[in-house]
Amino acid sequence: MRAPAALVARAEHAIKGPIWGCQMCGQCVLHSTGLTCPMTCPKTLRNGPCGGVRADGTCEVKPDMRCVWLKAVQRSQRLPLWRGHIDDLRPPVDNTLKGGSSWLHLLSGRDRVTPAGWGSAEDALEP
Amino acid sequence: MPSNLEHKLKAREFVVTAEMPVIDGGGLTDIERHLAPMAPYVDAYNATDNPSGHAHSSSLAVSIALRQAGAEPIMQLACRDRNRLALEADLMGAAMHGIVNVSCMTGDDVTAGDEPEARRVFDLDGPQLIALARSLERGHYLSGRPIVPSPHFCVGAVENPGAPPFEYRVRRAAKKALAGAHFLQLQICYRPRLLERFLHAAHETGLSGRIALLPSVCILRTVGGMRFVATRVPGIDVPAQALRRVEQAADAEAECFEIAYELASHALAQPGVAGLHLISFRKDAGIAALCRRLGIPPRGEREQHGHSASVAV
Repeated sequence: MRAPAALVARAEHAIKGPIWGCQMCGQCVLHSTGLTCPMTCPKTLRNGPCGGVRADGTCEVKPDMRCVWLKAVQRSQRLPLWRGHIDDLRPPVDNTLKGGSSWLHLLSGRDRVTPAGWGSAEDALEP
Repeated sequence: MPSNLEHKLKAREFVVTAEMPVIDGGGLTDIERHLAPMAPYVDAYNATDNPSGHAHSSSLAVSIALRQAGAEPIMQLACRDRNRLALEADLMGAAMHGIVNVSCMTGDDVTAGDEPEARRVFDLDGPQLIALARSLERGHYLSGRPIVPSPHFCVGAVENPGAPPFEYRVRRAAKKALAGAHFLQLQICYRPRLLERFLHAAHETGLSGRIALLPSVCILRTVGGMRFVATRVPGIDVPAQALRRVEQAADAEAECFEIAYELASHALAQPGVAGLHLISFRKDAGIAALCRRLGIPPRGEREQHGHSASVAV
């Protein structure tokens, strides 16, 4: 199974690399972030823009680059589906999935597995 | 046990938090020297975590020292320098030392500091760190391994009303409330209209009822200081007009104080403000002076007679 999985990963990167700058995190959330890859943010933030965005909308780390999250927020509003997903609390990145195909992880449900101690937002609201 | 800050925030009492200046070689003596002039007014002090990407004494060590000096710390934890294991370890270490208030933040990038060649971590982001702190409170590490007895935290965070995308900032603040934050210290904002817009949106969406909002005001002293904030601190936009005011003033320090007073009064006039966070680099007498000018009674008086946070109308 390893060779086919690697082949799918290569195919995925061949498509998503040029279009979205895919970093092969193996747990794709593009649809929740306005089809803008949060892993292209220099801080790899998955829950919105940091507080360092410059007044002209460029990145704190790379002044020549427009903030990834500025694009994500704008584009998410134009999507017919998933518009509200941008407000979801996304769990920490699972670094063991890096390099693998997020398509396969989506099919197997592996990309939705969170650490046992990662509570739901509702749990977190309890006093 | 709940912290005094937590108790006051829950009771909707007005609070004043302040930034403890960074500690390098001066040790405990420095901490006591900084505390003395502001202690009568301040409820809790931020022990900063390598602010603007510059290394200083750790926020955990400064928080412990603050407690030894009889002051209540708010331990900042930034995601820039630690992976999730180190963040969990520092939170548990803080709990062991009786540190309850923690402020969870993504953190400025290493490129803002004087060691830009350092590796940036960002294993978690700010909202995830808030959720992690609340997970520990529920009695387990991220792996699910139990913690008995579980620690207690009053979890805070930060948000920047003055950075784009402006209209999204309140939603990001709401995400932090959803993750479990009790209070938000807002980044210093030299554009009162942006702060106003944020606070009004927070009020209209009911956010300020779910999470205590503390706007920050910075008391500067010199044109150079203002230029430093404008150019070196990520996410703070200082209007040219404010810079000009200080440049042209006969007494730059007095003009800086006047600007701080104007910004603070404006912030206090907005709906749903739970208190103020005050920052004065190195000259901490400014914090007490600003509180007096704003008519904020000393802490002892507030505790005795009560002083409610502004009630949203």
